[in-house]
Parts: sequence; C-alpha cells; structure tokens
Amino acid sequence: MELLSGGEMLIRALHDEGVELLFGYPGGAALHIYDAIFNQDKVDHILVRHEQAATHAADGYARATGKPGVVLVTSGPGATNAITGIATAFMDSIPMVVISGQVDSSLIGTDGFQETDMVGVSRPIVKHSFMVQRAEEIPEIVKKAFYIATTGRPGPVVIDIPKDVTDPARKVKYQYPDSVKMRSYSVPSKGHTGQIKKAVEILLAAKRPVIYAGGGVIQGNGSELLTELARMLGYPVTNTLMGLGAYPGTDEQFLGMLGMHGTYEANMAMHFSDVVLGIGVRFDDRVTNAVNKFCPGAKILHVDIDPASISKTVTADVPIVGSVSTVLEEMIDLIKQSDSQVDSKSLELWWQQIEGWREKECLKVEASTDDSIKPQQVVQAVYKATGGNAYVSSDVGQHQMFAAQYYVFDKPRRWINSGGLGTMGFGFPAAVGVQLAYPDAVSVCITGEGSIQMCIQELATCMQYALPIKIVCLNNQALGMVKQWQDMQYGGRHSHSTYSESLPDFVKLMEAYGHVGIRIDKLSELDEKMAEAFAIKDKLVFIDVSVDATEHVYPMAIKGGSMKDMYLSKTERT
Amino acid sequence: MRHIISILLENEPGALSRVVGLFSQRNYNIESLTVAPTEDHSLSRLTITTIGDDRKIEQITKHLNKLIDVVKLVDLTEGSHVERELMLIKVKASGAQRAEIKRTTDIFRGQIIDVTPTVYSIQLSGTSDKLDSFIAALGNAAVLEVARTGVTGISRGDKVLSL
Ligand SMILES: Cc1ncc(C[n+]2csc(CCOP(=O)(O)OP(=O)(O)O)c2C)c(N)n1
Ligand SMILES: [Mg+2]
Repeated sequence: MELLSGGEMLIRALHDEGVELLFGYPGGAALHIYDAIFNQDKVDHILVRHEQAATHAADGYARATGKPGVVLVTSGPGATNAITGIATAFMDSIPMVVISGQVDSSLIGTDGFQETDMVGVSRPIVKHSFMVQRAEEIPEIVKKAFYIATTGRPGPVVIDIPKDVTDPARKVKYQYPDSVKMRSYSVPSKGHTGQIKKAVEILLAAKRPVIYAGGGVIQGNGSELLTELARMLGYPVTNTLMGLGAYPGTDEQFLGMLGMHGTYEANMAMHFSDVVLGIGVRFDDRVTNAVNKFCPGAKILHVDIDPASISKTVTADVPIVGSVSTVLEEMIDLIKQSDSQVDSKSLELWWQQIEGWREKECLKVEASTDDSIKPQQVVQAVYKATGGNAYVSSDVGQHQMFAAQYYVFDKPRRWINSGGLGTMGFGFPAAVGVQLAYPDAVSVCITGEGSIQMCIQELATCMQYALPIKIVCLNNQALGMVKQWQDMQYGGRHSHSTYSESLPDFVKLMEAYGHVGIRIDKLSELDEKMAEAFAIKDKLVFIDVSVDATEHVYPMAIKGGSMKDMYLSKTERT
Repeated sequence: MRHIISILLENEPGALSRVVGLFSQRNYNIESLTVAPTEDHSLSRLTITTIGDDRKIEQITKHLNKLIDVVKLVDLTEGSHVERELMLIKVKASGAQRAEIKRTTDIFRGQIIDVTPTVYSIQLSGTSDKLDSFIAALGNAAVLEVARTGVTGISRGDKVLSL
C-alpha cells in the first residue's frame, strides 16, 4: 500500500471518487492541501475570487451535470464566506462537498488565529458534516461524504480538516474504500407498491387532473419518465420554479410555471383540479399561497424521496416515499396493465376549460411605442439568439421571474437558479460552474444590475480561465423586485431600493477585465445586437440592456388568497 | 400531547448537538432530555420529552430519522411503556419538620441519602408527576435545591429498541 500524507490522501481520494474539478481559495489552514494539489495533475482546481463564488460555482456545476460540486476553502473567514453558498445548495437539495481547512487540532477551542467552529456554524444548513481527527480517517470520510451528498435527498456535506491532519511530514497507508456501510443511513429507493397502486387508481379516475412536478424530478433524473407518463395520460403538467425543464416547456400539455408568479392557467388548473399528482415537490409557500385554501376539491398524491417533505404543509391523501424515477416507472407499468382507462370525456371538458384560461394570454407583452425595451422582451430575445438551447442561470429579482416565465426550457438541468434561498449573487458564479462543466455550451446568466454586483469579482476568474459566459443584465436601475413590493404594499415608498445615480459603467468595467461590453437601449436594436453578442464565441460578453423600470412581474399571487387569486396586471385581478 | 421519544444515537462528537440543534432550528420544544452511552459503547441512548400535536410529532420523528447520526428511534408514548425520572432534592429540616419530612419521604418511597442537623438530601424516582406531587407534599418545608434527571423510559413487554 502506498504511503501518503493527509493532504495527498485527500486529493487522491477526490480523484478516486471521480472528482475532476475543485472550486476553491487558499489560506493558511489549507496550505498543506494546496501543496498536494500542486504536485499532481488529476484533479483541476479553479481559483475563484471569493469563497461564496466557489460554492455557487460548484453548485452550478452540480445542477448542470448531476455530479456533486466540490469546494475547498481555508478556515475562519474562508469557511464563513462559504456559508451562503452552502445554505443555497441545502435549500435546493444540491449535492455538494465542502472541504474546509481548520486550525491545528491543538489550537481548537483556543480562539486561535482564523479559528471558526465550521461544523457548528454550518450545522443547520448541511445534510451532514465531519471533523477529521486523524489522517487515517480521510479515505473513509471522503467516501461517506460523497455517498451522503449524492444519495437520497441530496445536499451539502462539510468536511472540516485541522491543519496538522494534512501534515506532509506524516505519511500513512492509503487505500480508497470501494463502498460504504452506514448503519444509521439508508436511502429509500422503491415506493410502496400498494400506495402506488392506490395513486394510479385515483389518477385514472380523475376528471380534472394536474401533474405538478418539481426539482426532485430533475435531481432524480425522472424527466423522461415524467414525460412518458404525462403523454400516456394526456394530463396537463405544470412545473415549479425549481422544476422548469423537467417537462418540455414547448409541449402542448405544459401549462407553464405555477405559484406566486406562475401562469394564470397553471394556477387556475391547480385550484379547480380534483386530483393533484405532486412529484418531487414540497408544496412550498411560494406555490400554495394560503395553505388552508389550497386546491379545495383535490385529492393529493405526493411522491418524494424525503419522508419529511410529505404532509409537511399540505396533507397528502396518498403519500409515496421513494425515488421519483422508480415510482414513475412503476406507475407507468401499472397504467399499462390496468383495465381502467382515462376518463376521456371529462378530460376533454377539462382541457376546454384550460384552453379558456389560456386565452387570457397572461404572459402577453405589449411592445412600447417609444422604442424602449420591456424586460420580458430581453428574455425573449435571449431565447431567440440561443435557439432555446442555452444553460441559463439567474440571480434573484424581477429578472429571475421574467427568465423563468419567458425562456422556455425543453430539457432538464438547463435552468439554474436559487429557488429556495433566493440568493442574489448566485447566477454569475453558477454560470462559471456550468461553463467549466460544458466548455462548448452556451452559458448565459440573466441578471439584474443589483444582483450582478454581489459577485462581480468573478469577472477576474473568467479572465483567468477564458470563460466565454454571456451575462445579460436587465438593467432597471433599481432593486426591482423590492421596488415592486413597495409599489404594491407600501404606497410606492421606495425605501433604499433605487440607486440610478451610482451605477457603474458596465461596458468600461468589462474593458478593464479584457471582456466585451455591449449596451442596448432601443427595442429596434434588441434582436440584432443580442445576436451579435452571442456570435462572440471566445469572450465573455456583458450585455447591459436598459429596460422599462416601471414594469412589474405578473401574474402575482394575492397574499392570503388561494391559488386562483392573482393580480394579472397593475389594473386587473382575478 | 406530551411524547417521549427514545433515540439510539451514534456515540460521535457533535451528534448530540445535531439533535438539539434540530429542535431549536425547527421551533420544536424540548421539555427534558437525558443521554448516556448504552451497553454498546458505540451508541448513546437519548430520551427527549416534547409536546405537540400528531402532525408536529410526525415531523419531529421524520426529521430526527433524517439525521445521519440517528440509528433508530421510537415514540414510547405510542405504546405502553415505563417512564422514570430521578430527583435529588435538598430541604431544610429542623425541629418538628424533620419527622414530617421523613414521613412524607417514606410515603413516596424516597430515601434520605444525606443528613445534617438542619438539612435532608432526598432521592426519589418515579414518573414526573410523582416527583411534582412530592414537592407539593413537602408543603411549607423550605426546598433548597432540586436536581432532576429528566425522563427516561422503556417500552413494556417484548418490544425493544436495539439494532
Ligand atoms: C443576498 C440577498 N439580499 C437581498 C435579497 C432581497 N432581494 C430580492 S430581489 C432584490 C432586488 C434584486 O435587484 P436586481 O438584481 O437588480 O433585480 P431586479 O429585481 O431589479 O430585476 C432584493 C434586494 C436577496 N434575495 N438576496
Ligand atoms: Mg434591478
């Protein structure tokens, strides 16, 4: 057996685990590990410019590829800077392993230089964490960390390693385990067959069914099966913000996104349904609106891998704990074997009703008459320029909702956004992770001038690694979503949500980094300039688009109401 | 309703803080908590009493089960069970009160485990209600100090909580 130091073991174990890419930032407590990275060429390391960006980049990488994202940071400030990104990944169940350096074991608990109790600080936002005590434990802990991060309901795992454990002078025997056994951790796989049968019966007898699918379908690689099931039944499908792309967005059966800024037809269909099949969803408050008014006439069938997500907010009539894909497979088989048929008469009537709702055209954009640009039109232009084939990350705000509503996703893992935590600053570093995972793909970040400034330092990372990301900034010179709430709920008092006098010249800023900046402010030039920007294949391009700052995101759920209660425009409500 | 949840937990550093953290993080309350290693030293047994409706208790047990360090758990209050709490209590005992306190202790089947001319230290075990009643029964005797362990319990009959 080979003799390796703790630092060498860690990097070797990552390689043996199949890790190709690390996102990180060095510092004292992690220097033995960084030296081990220097002395090998199997695992690549991407030097970001802020540890928050390391976690978001690893997160974007994970969302786009389905593989775990890996982060390496130093102790103290390095570790605490990573916290926002860990919380973001936790809320959206993203597989991630975060390795943090720690002060020497002998210094722990002494308020040593750059000492932070990382295991303690991260505890509520990780799936699990490890504190390594001896170098000998490293292979097994790494194996366990990846196993936990990637199985069941995925999530971030922290490995905190004191510096002395990675000491290059102390070498121990290295062997990477083939498998892990943990008596206290088991992964639910197949759902309960009796429950699935019951669900299928109810589903087949439905008169006004809706399939409500979320991020779990993407995480659980169940998109194709979901599509097969929905097409077999001919039932309408809606996706959550996290689930966009789980079902093809251009399909006739797709009603669009549901929830707070969901489409009129999706929210109406949910409200008036008699059976809701929730798959890989968690009945989030941004979807349900007031829980006690949620889908009053519907039987709820709920499939999720996490038992704690079931009947947490909305009680399920048929709970099914299991991996989305095995449950979907079983459902499809049962439907094929079943003697019962879909109630096609009722279904036809149901579709007629849905078509009526669709006629409202809730996402229709009225072009301005003065050549100014509506933010929605920018997203439409990006869709055109990329043929709908891009990986689109976004930040948080109005631009995020416009991106979700107007960029139509036909494939899973293309829409990369912080749905659960709503982290401004996520989009750009996430696009870095996507671009590194898929160097030849188009990686776009749709952002706002507020959000982009939260991780803008990553322009330097893109310079270093020549990443040709496209940043589309819906520049409304304001924290638009905050301003919208202030317009609607605070009598238009824009408390600290505007800063039009103090915005940087983004085009000049791009020049400073050797990137390309393009400004667009006329509707008549939008498509052409957008196409020009996307034609630049080898450079980062920042497309700064001046948009109508008065625009609000609609539809918008009316607080305290049911799903059918929505504002449809500044003057119209349901 | 009051529930007693008994947990077999990996005897690892940080495991207990994850359990306690879960309760504060999710706004569940802990009435009492006891923990000690079991006959298998890789495991601790932890007993928590908490209060909540069925829905809340279901969430609590689901979330506890999700913790990687939790190996197994049981809600003892779902079946018939035995529960015990141990109390050590120090009371001022002088003059006529000494006999009175001794009698009350005997009635509750407690033991006086330490004596000074003015103070009795008493040990008593039983259900939490019994311990409460004992304190009430002491009447106007001055209670100087109370140390209670919190509830631990075990289910009756053949049912066991083990690996
Ligand atoms: C880190 C963080 N801080 C604050 C918020 C609250 N917040 C939500 S949207 C928003 C405004 C975002 O502004 P911008 O990026 O310009 O997007 P816009 O809404 O204008 O499109 C703010 C401040 C948040 N989501 N994340
Ligand atoms: Mg803005």
